[in-house]
Amino acid sequence: MSAQLSSSLVGKSVVTLDDLSVPQIDDLLLKARYIDSHRREVAHTCDGRVLATLFYEPSTRTRLSFETAMLRLGGQVIGFAGANQSSASKGETIADTLKTVSNYVDVVAMRHPKEGAALVASQAVDTPVINAGDGGHMHPTQTLADLATIYNRFGRVHHLTVGLCGDLTFGRTVHSLIETLCRFGDITFVLISPRELRTPQYVLDRINDTPSCSYVEVQDMTDVLGDLDVLYMTRVQQERFFNEDDYLRLRDTYILDREKLALGKDSLAVLHPLPRVNEIAFDVDEDPRAAYFEQVKNGMLMRMALESSVVGDELPGYDPEVMENDIQTIQEVHA
Amino acid sequence: MQVTSITDGIIIDHVPAGRSLKVLDFLGIDPRKTRLALIMNAQSPTFGTKDIIKIESDVVVDLNILALVAPSATVNVVREGEIISKEKPALPLHVTNVITCVNPRCVTSTERGIKQQFHLVRGHEDARGMQYRCDYCDEEAKL
Repeated sequence: MSAQLSSSLVGKSVVTLDDLSVPQIDDLLLKARYIDSHRREVAHTCDGRVLATLFYEPSTRTRLSFETAMLRLGGQVIGFAGANQSSASKGETIADTLKTVSNYVDVVAMRHPKEGAALVASQAVDTPVINAGDGGHMHPTQTLADLATIYNRFGRVHHLTVGLCGDLTFGRTVHSLIETLCRFGDITFVLISPRELRTPQYVLDRINDTPSCSYVEVQDMTDVLGDLDVLYMTRVQQERFFNEDDYLRLRDTYILDREKLALGKDSLAVLHPLPRVNEIAFDVDEDPRAAYFEQVKNGMLMRMALESSVVGDELPGYDPEVMENDIQTIQEVHA
Repeated sequence: MQVTSITDGIIIDHVPAGRSLKVLDFLGIDPRKTRLALIMNAQSPTFGTKDIIKIESDVVVDLNILALVAPSATVNVVREGEIISKEKPALPLHVTNVITCVNPRCVTSTERGIKQQFHLVRGHEDARGMQYRCDYCDEEAKL
């Protein structure tokens, strides 16, 4: 069954998380966990492979994460960071760039400012293309990092109360996380935002369409903090408000500090897609409930799992049944 | 109001009121070169008001496109003054190169050589039950 699951990803592009089934995501979560505890064993999984990182706009975290993932698997990396370093500056289309680069590499990770660019790339070539962010549209590996962090903390990505706080209108990571968690089911969403930055109706419809999921919308984080298993923070930008008074009134409401964190459960996990500005006080970093830098590590591990899967290289020694037993141990601790 | 009946051709009935010119535009029917009659804001027991388009020639109507712009419309085929068949368009799951994405951040605004593609998604209850979104950026189609 596992071999079938793993082989089902070979050669596959991941433009959105809808490209992956729930069992495939489950398998990637187990693989990432395995990779973390078997770094030496997997260090030559992708020997001889080459990853291209085609980044048409700057990104520190994501590009380095994709590249490190391939390097840690024994593969190599080529690419560019910035459209001015590519033939795009001469007017070359995305499709033509991909048709060229795909002759050199085994897998492509692409970031582009235009929404839908990754779909264009994936349609142009047979080489697997992983979307590393297409404008404000999709960033599937960020959501995989979020899922992995929740999974590692709780041993599951269902039967949880998940609070999402801040800018819920424009945050693509928030929408993607909600939609993906709905596929796993049994989630109570607590949507914490000012009126101006409420969750769009199509995302609420997605929750309503999932019988085992529900949501409440609130404006004050402190009212609900004690109920949450997961708190996913996002940045509230001043320019999103229609008037400054509202911004000044609500700004501090959406800053998590130690005082507010004291209201949370001991098992609470605080996530943030990063970079943060001021929405999480620095002294929260010391608290064991802060999980946002784990998210960065989990992002790299999930990219390792994904890159090795789409190129068809099996992780030496990986046995999903053994990993599932490992996960049950975490579940028992939380139970 | 009297409009002469047609002998051979088609009648596109139950077009949402005020939308008949857009229907002609989407179907690629040039009113300057086609013998046709438009009845706008006619009374309709079902819809209150409606438009009717009568075309005196054998025009081929792409029902998929008609469904997109006038989902409630019906097409009656007329031969020798009699209606010989009625067709009701069904909403297409996918449409290519009919609608243009209006999102300036969409890749279709810059990438040359790609088709404008939209897919049907379930609409909100207050949005007449249909909604098309761009395959690339998921922007809702403006019809």
